[in-house]
Amino acid sequence: MTTQAHRTEATIEADPTVPIIRITRDFAATPEQLFRAHTDPELFARWVGPDGMETTIDQWDATDGGRWRYVAGRDGESYGFRGCFHTVRPDRLVQTFTFEGMPDDVALETLTFEDLGGGITRLHAQSLCESFEGRDQWLASGMETGVNEGYAKLDALVASGRV
Amino acid sequence: MSEQRLSRVFAALADPTRRDMVARLAAGDASVGELAAPYDVSVQAVSKHLRVLEEAGLVSRSRDAQRRPVHLEAEVFDLMTKWIERYRQAAEERYQRLDAVLAQMQQEADGEPTGRHTTQEGTAS
Repeated sequence: MTTQAHRTEATIEADPTVPIIRITRDFAATPEQLFRAHTDPELFARWVGPDGMETTIDQWDATDGGRWRYVAGRDGESYGFRGCFHTVRPDRLVQTFTFEGMPDDVALETLTFEDLGGGITRLHAQSLCESFEGRDQWLASGMETGVNEGYAKLDALVASGRV
Repeated sequence: MSEQRLSRVFAALADPTRRDMVARLAAGDASVGELAAPYDVSVQAVSKHLRVLEEAGLVSRSRDAQRRPVHLEAEVFDLMTKWIERYRQAAEERYQRLDAVLAQMQQEADGEPTGRHTTQEGTAS
């Protein structure tokens, strides 16, 4: 694993046999810094996004069994997300994740911070979704975000009439 | 692809038998009988699954040939690959913002002023 080239661009895998999304990404940071960026609410709110949205932390108790909730907002629209921290450990973060717009869908997220040495840490982010349908809808939500943020090129591909 | 068509695609692929049928059709066209063979279900039940896949635009059946082989519409999967790529891009954008936050944390750890207030006292636990 550690002999692989650095993944400076996020790679994604949608498992065909279980409703899981896996994302892998390398960061020029220590595991401790990456852990802090995920558990310190002020730091977390600065990057979680999506682009152009303001994130407001509502509840945040980054301890085993603690709860979190934040609201992402833009132009009077707001979307709530909530869950519980299950395991908060410097090398591993396990938490539940629910978009309040789909309150029955609970994903289990497992994040691990793998020290690759040389100041590089690999983030493994795994989301186990409620169902394949829920997982795929969640994946498609990236498409909606893309439309909003103007991925004109991909829009053109989709609009080219092949489907 | 319309919102309605997307939902039909999701619904069609939410079923494990239909996902399996699609995976087998990816290897090549097959007749209904061939598709039904490995399952402990009737040809009728398989036909029902096929109708769902057909209505979602995932497969088509030729009208002329006697055995009417089922054909996978590959471009639908191109589109699914595209929306996974978009999700990846959204994740990548998020992580580029995280890169910036981490760089700022590093600067602060090195004692350089960044002109921005951040929490320095570890986690919020």
